[in-house]
Amino acid sequence: MTIKQLSVFLENKSGRLNEILHILGEADVRIIAAMVADTTEYGILRLITSDTARAYELLKANQVSAQQNDVIALSCQSTARVFAHQLGCFAQEGLSIEYMYSFSIHDKAFVILRTNDPNRVGEVARKYDLSIITEEELLRL
Amino acid sequence: MDTPYYQPEIETMKRADLEALQIKRLQNTLRIARQSPFYKARLSEAGISPDNIRTLDDLRRIPFTTKNDLRAHYPFGLVAAPMEQVVRLHSSSGTTGNPTVICHSQHDLDQWANRVARCLYMVGLRNTDVFQNTSGYGMFTGGLGFQYGAEKLGALTVPAAAGNTIRQIKFIRDFGTTSIHAIPSYVFRLYDVMRELNIDPRTDTRLTTLVIGAEPHTDAQRRKIEESLGVKAYNSFGMSEMSGPGVAFECPEQNGMHLWEDSFIMEIIDPETLEPVPDGEVGELVLTTLDREAMPLLRYRTRDLTRILPGECPCGRTHRRIDRFKGRSDDMFIVKGVNIFPMQIEKILMQFKELGTNYLITIDTINHNDEVLVEVELSDLFTDDYSQLQGLTREITRQLKDEILVTPKIKLVDKGTMPQSTGKAIRVKDLRKNK
Ligand SMILES: [Zn+2]
Repeated sequence: MTIKQLSVFLENKSGRLNEILHILGEADVRIIAAMVADTTEYGILRLITSDTARAYELLKANQVSAQQNDVIALSCQSTARVFAHQLGCFAQEGLSIEYMYSFSIHDKAFVILRTNDPNRVGEVARKYDLSIITEEELLRL
Repeated sequence: MDTPYYQPEIETMKRADLEALQIKRLQNTLRIARQSPFYKARLSEAGISPDNIRTLDDLRRIPFTTKNDLRAHYPFGLVAAPMEQVVRLHSSSGTTGNPTVICHSQHDLDQWANRVARCLYMVGLRNTDVFQNTSGYGMFTGGLGFQYGAEKLGALTVPAAAGNTIRQIKFIRDFGTTSIHAIPSYVFRLYDVMRELNIDPRTDTRLTTLVIGAEPHTDAQRRKIEESLGVKAYNSFGMSEMSGPGVAFECPEQNGMHLWEDSFIMEIIDPETLEPVPDGEVGELVLTTLDREAMPLLRYRTRDLTRILPGECPCGRTHRRIDRFKGRSDDMFIVKGVNIFPMQIEKILMQFKELGTNYLITIDTINHNDEVLVEVELSDLFTDDYSQLQGLTREITRQLKDEILVTPKIKLVDKGTMPQSTGKAIRVKDLRKNK
C-alpha cells in the first residue's frame, strides 16, 4: 500500500540542496518526485527516488541527516475537481492531510500524501474507490 | 592477610584526625614556603605567618598561586629548599611563554612514588603484577611518576614508553603484562591493532587492570574499554604542578576519584568570585601541597572544573572524592550574572539521542541583551514532521534553561558542520569581547 519516501534535513544555507542532489546524482539515483518545505531555520526535503535504501545509505555516508518513511501515492485525473474530491474523502473520514505533493504526466496526476493516521488510508481508499499505486507502478513511470 | 588498603591508617583515618594532620602539615608547609624568594614576599605582604594559620578556614587568607606566578618566577623563584637538596625537575613544554618548572627533593620523589603505589594498590595491583607504562618518559610526569610508583609497589614495571604499538603488544604477550597505563584513545588504538593481528585481548593476554587518565573521557568510553579488553579500567588524575599522577584516583567503586587529603588540601571555588562553592557544586579545583619540601605550592589554581562528591564512599576510605572533570575554568562564561560552563550544556545535549556529539555555543549582544545560541548537530533525522523537530528544540531549550538558568536559542544543524568532539575543540565563541 505504501511507498518509500526519503526525508532529508536541510539546514537553511545556500548551496545545501545542491550538495545533497549532487551526492545522489553521483550515484545515478533517479528522482521521481521532490518537495522542499521550509521554516526560517531549516527545511525538510522529501524525495521519492528509484532506490530509497541506497539513497539513504549514500546520504548517511556523507553525513547528511535523513530518514526513510512511508507515504501513500494515489493516481487520478489532474483536475482540481478530482483533487478536491479525493482530499474530501479523507476529510469525510476524519483524516487530516499532513502534507501532499503531486506531479502530472499528461492528464494523469500522482499525489503523494501523508495523513495523520496512515493505518486507515487503505480503508478510506477502498470505501471511496481511490486508486492507490504501488512502488513498482511508480517506478515504471 | 591481604587488606584492601596500602596504608590503612592514612586511607581510613577519621575525618577529624585527617583535618588535624592537614593543619599540622599546612603550618609546616608555610614554614618551608617562606624560604623561597617568591613566597617570602607574597606571604609577608599578606601578613601570613605559620602561627596565624590555625584552622582550615584560615587557609582562605593565603593568596592564590597561579601558573603565571610559576612562569614569572621561572625557573627557580619558588624553590624553597637549598639547591643541593633538589634532585630532579620536571618542566612543561612551555608552548606559550616560559615553561613551568617543578623541583623535587628526594623526600618529594619518595612521597610521590608512595602516593602512586597507594593508587595502584587500591585498584588491586600487587607485587606479582606486570605493569606496562605507555606514557611518554622524560619531562612528562606520567612516565617517571608511574614508573617509580609501580616499582615502589613491587610490580615488575615495563617502561615501554609511548608509541610503537606492535612492540607494545609483543611486550604485553611476552612479559605477561597484567596492567597498562595509557590514555583512553591509545587503549582503543591498542585494541584495534590487536584485532588486526587476530589477538583477542580477553583470551590471549593476561590483562586485568587498566589505568586511564590525562585525557577527558566519558564513563561510556570506559565501559567500552572494559568490555573490549575484558579488564577493569580506573580513572586517574594528576598534574605536573602537583608532582604528576597520584593526586586523585578511582577506587574499586569506580564512582569518583579519592583525592589524597593527607598530601593536598582541596578547595572548590567559584572562578569569578573566588569564594568557595557548597559541596557538590561545580567550581575550580584549588590545591595546596602538604608534603612537598623543595617547592611547595599554596592554593594553586588548577583551572580544572570539578565538584566534590558528597557522602562517604562504601570502600571505607575517608579522603573525599572528586567527580570527572567538567572542563577548564578558562572556558567559563557569564551571561546575565550567571556562571555557565560548557560542560553543563554538553551534559544536557548528550542526553538526547536525536542529537550528534558536536556543538557550538555562541554568546552575542543582540539589542543590548546577552544571548546564548547553541548550535547542535542532528544525528540521523528521527522524524518527517516539523512539529516534532520543533518539539525537540523546545525540550532542549527547557532542559538547558533548568540547568543554566538562561534561556538559550537552539539551532539544529547538519552533521559534520560543528567542531569535532575530539581534541581541544573550540566550543564557545564569545562575540561580546569584540564589541
Ligand atoms: Zn572509595
